Amino acid sequence: MNLDVVFDVVASICLVAGALLSLAAGVALVRFPDLLTRMHAAAKPQVLGLLLVLVGCALRLRTGVDITTLVLVGAFSLATAPVAAHMVGRVAYPHEDIRTDLLVTDELAAHLDRVADEREHSAPA
Amino acid sequence: MTAVAVTVTVLLAVAGGLTLTRVIRGPSILDRAVATDVLLAIIVAAIATEAAYSRDATALPVLVVLAVLGFVGSVSVARFAARRDDNATSTTSDGSQP
Amino acid sequence: MSSDPMTPAEPNEPLRPALSRTARRRNQVIAVTALVAVWVLLWGTLSWANIIGGLVVAAVLLAVFPLPPVTFAGRIHPLPMLRFWLHFLRDLVVASAQVAWLAMRVGHTPQSAIIAARLRVNTDLNLTLTAEALSLLPGSLILEADRRTGTLYIHVLGVTSRDEVERFRRGVLELEARIVEAIGSPEELRRIRENPADREGVPA
Repeated sequence: MNLDVVFDVVASICLVAGALLSLAAGVALVRFPDLLTRMHAAAKPQVLGLLLVLVGCALRLRTGVDITTLVLVGAFSLATAPVAAHMVGRVAYPHEDIRTDLLVTDELAAHLDRVADEREHSAPA
Repeated sequence: MTAVAVTVTVLLAVAGGLTLTRVIRGPSILDRAVATDVLLAIIVAAIATEAAYSRDATALPVLVVLAVLGFVGSVSVARFAARRDDNATSTTSDGSQP
Repeated sequence: MSSDPMTPAEPNEPLRPALSRTARRRNQVIAVTALVAVWVLLWGTLSWANIIGGLVVAAVLLAVFPLPPVTFAGRIHPLPMLRFWLHFLRDLVVASAQVAWLAMRVGHTPQSAIIAARLRVNTDLNLTLTAEALSLLPGSLILEADRRTGTLYIHVLGVTSRDEVERFRRGVLELEARIVEAIGSPEELRRIRENPADREGVPA
């Protein structure tokens, strides 16, 4: 068993696992009840799925130039995905239809009330 | 490797189909933005798989561009959705002001 | 903005001292190094032309878009850094599998919770890194970050009881501890050690 075969097998496993995570995300997007839970599903192919696919790709290509490109792709995605997630989540929270009946606890609501309160008190000054 | 490529293609195609139904059904524009992000991740996976299958690195710069600019779409949608009712969101953004 | 009566000043007042000239210089050096590294990685080959080109691009970028001042008082500790990455990768795999399992279960609607986690080290860098690590993990999502008190508001998927809420809050503080151990200053480490994760006061 030579090294090429081992690399190819590991690469195949990584690629299939990444694709499975994407599929799970697709299922979750259709089935989850509200926007915030769907966003959790979205994080999966964007992070672990992407990393697995990139590792699989790197194991197949095996040249320095391509691997540096793939490292950059991974680094950029990991840096940018949370920005988008936070922007969407922050806009979503008070406005969109969040299924509050499915929440165990909501500690942000109290905070928002407090902020609104403070704002009211300091407004006339 | 061909069997792997076929398996991955089928899995990604089904995932893309499911994601597209969420893009179409919505209901809100943010749902669509999130689903579009997932669709983009699936496209990235597909391009990378193609590159791995054919051992051809031609498409890799496309991945770099997608990784850098992919988040711009949902960020601008989020900004737009926030702009729509500015008074209500100003309370939430208060916490992070210096 | 008046100080919040609900949140005690100790141990969470922001650690934001003014930046000295050497600290600013060091931040610039780090930024230039990172930009040159990205430039060389983009070209894919390490050559003098690429390094010099990267330096020129980095200098122009930093002159046109100056970075906001980031207080980085600590230094990088390699071993805790490795521990953080290994733990993060393990969490990533476990959380991804859990969310995938939740999606596949038939006839089950997942419950979730919105949790406030007050970080012990209230610096912009720590707040950002903790929030970033948390939002990369499937199953937790940052809704809001309060910079004044150093509090993250996190939407957590798959939580069914108050016990699990508390366990998750402890998990966030342990994550913070790992990050501070990897890059924190002695002063920040002291704060972490004085307030262990299992006896942490959080705003009600």
